[in-house]
Amino acid sequence: MSILSPYETVIGLEVHVELHTKSKIFCGCSTSFGAPPNTHTCPICLGHPGVLPVLNRQAVEFAMKAAMAINCEIAEWCKFDRKNYFYPDSPKAYQISQYDQPIGRNGWIDIEVDGKTKRIGITRLHLEEDAGKLTHIEGGYGSLADFNRVGTPLVEIVSEPDIRSPEEARAYLEKLKAIMQYCEVSDVKMEEGSLRCDANISLRPRGQKEFGVKTELKNMNSFRGVQRGLEYEQMRQAEVLESGGVIVQETRRWDEAQGKTFSMRGKEDAHDYRYFPDPDLVRLHIDEEWKARVRASIPELPDARKARYTQEYGLSSYDAGVLTSSKKLADLFEESLKYTSDAKASANWIMGDLLGYLNANNLELDDVKITGQGLGEMIGLIEKGTISNKIAKTVFKTMLEKGGSPQQIVEEQGLVQISDEGAIIAIVDEVIARNPQSVEDYRGGKEKALGFLVGQIMKETKGKANPGLVNKLLLKRLKA
Amino acid sequence: MSISVKDVEHVANLARLALTEAEKEQFAGQLSAILKYAEKLNELNTDGIEPTSHVLPLYNVMREDEVKPSLPHAKVMANAPEEEDGQFKVPSVLE
Repeated sequence: MSILSPYETVIGLEVHVELHTKSKIFCGCSTSFGAPPNTHTCPICLGHPGVLPVLNRQAVEFAMKAAMAINCEIAEWCKFDRKNYFYPDSPKAYQISQYDQPIGRNGWIDIEVDGKTKRIGITRLHLEEDAGKLTHIEGGYGSLADFNRVGTPLVEIVSEPDIRSPEEARAYLEKLKAIMQYCEVSDVKMEEGSLRCDANISLRPRGQKEFGVKTELKNMNSFRGVQRGLEYEQMRQAEVLESGGVIVQETRRWDEAQGKTFSMRGKEDAHDYRYFPDPDLVRLHIDEEWKARVRASIPELPDARKARYTQEYGLSSYDAGVLTSSKKLADLFEESLKYTSDAKASANWIMGDLLGYLNANNLELDDVKITGQGLGEMIGLIEKGTISNKIAKTVFKTMLEKGGSPQQIVEEQGLVQISDEGAIIAIVDEVIARNPQSVEDYRGGKEKALGFLVGQIMKETKGKANPGLVNKLLLKRLKA
Repeated sequence: MSISVKDVEHVANLARLALTEAEKEQFAGQLSAILKYAEKLNELNTDGIEPTSHVLPLYNVMREDEVKPSLPHAKVMANAPEEEDGQFKVPSVLE
């Protein structure tokens, strides 16, 4: 919201992160994505009578790890509760969750917006089970339920209402994603639903302490969607208030295609969940020894890595931030540094050519074949003068699309830079002979003509001539 | 604490139960009697006692993260009143 607006925006986010255990939280069914409907189900996750859920130790440890990574206090004792509701995505008619004794409380993460760091508080992190997937049949004749996802372990992370703009919300979400990715507790892919986000948003007159009436936003399926959905809702609420209306507390669904939010009627009285302790699951006791063991397994997190990149490699805060925003990107960067000492060159290739290629083709890092070793070795070839920067772009693209070592690509495609003075002089002379007018122009003071002649030489050598040598030798001839 | 007909209607709605007026009256009386009986517990002094969530002296019962075979699909669907595309077909859910 613009600084000129009479309203201040207040946002809190509820983020669900699927933990990537092999089996479900309370039974041995597989959690793998994309299996045929209802083939990863059993009497426990289907909620058949008389079955006994047993807690997956790995799910608890992932939840502890996630909670610690976002600076939460870890509960010494906690329990599981039943959250009761009727909806066909839940065959038991309750979800096993944690009500008043979450695994983690009182955490925080730092986000950066417009170069300023801001701390966002985290109220709680709790462990629960996922629900199934419903597909609504066209025309409203029914819905289809696939229970494969039922019982996939989730952590729900609830932020304090500390977020003040849709942009901050996005930064928070991206930071949270990076932290979960670094901890290796989740795949955190929004498009596969392993990271999901609901938002509470309200406006209040600037300077007012009390919060305004909030709405809850659902169905934002991408980082961009979260930001756009919140921007729309912020605008909608401001218009309602400006025209003297009141905000109705309700759940609203973001429609990506229409770029609008719509009221979800019928969900209003669903908030009476009648939580009670699940009698099938005994309490969880987390002692100091267990905590210490999990804490020791947390790797270097994005903020620490970013600080190290600025100090060790002299990268700018912005560059270090981009590189560390994804663990895989940061790992690629570090791997490349085993093969080159030029960290800035590596950072530039990653942020320019690599990210540019991924964005332009809507790809993920996993979709391309380049390795840190390949990148590092390629920078080495540039340093040695084997290839020019321009040729390197061709090599880089080949590594992205086909993989392979840069040395091999250079040899196979005949890309070795021509650094032989004799060979270049021969071509220089040829080009000079063919373009007397340009030579005349240059000698007559038209600097531009030089660029044309260089271009002709590069064309003649298919870009392989050493550009430094070309310039030097051409000038020498022209001034002769 | 006594349970009113309105309370019964609220709980019945959450549980998707359709009750007759006579049943509502009947259950309001019965539920009130049950709560009244349980109220006896309030006579105990529980100052400084942690709320009990489980009566067993057990904690940390866990399993290792191992995948076990799921139920064969035909058995999963055996009790489904309606099936389509290997899924349970349910009355359409309003968005």
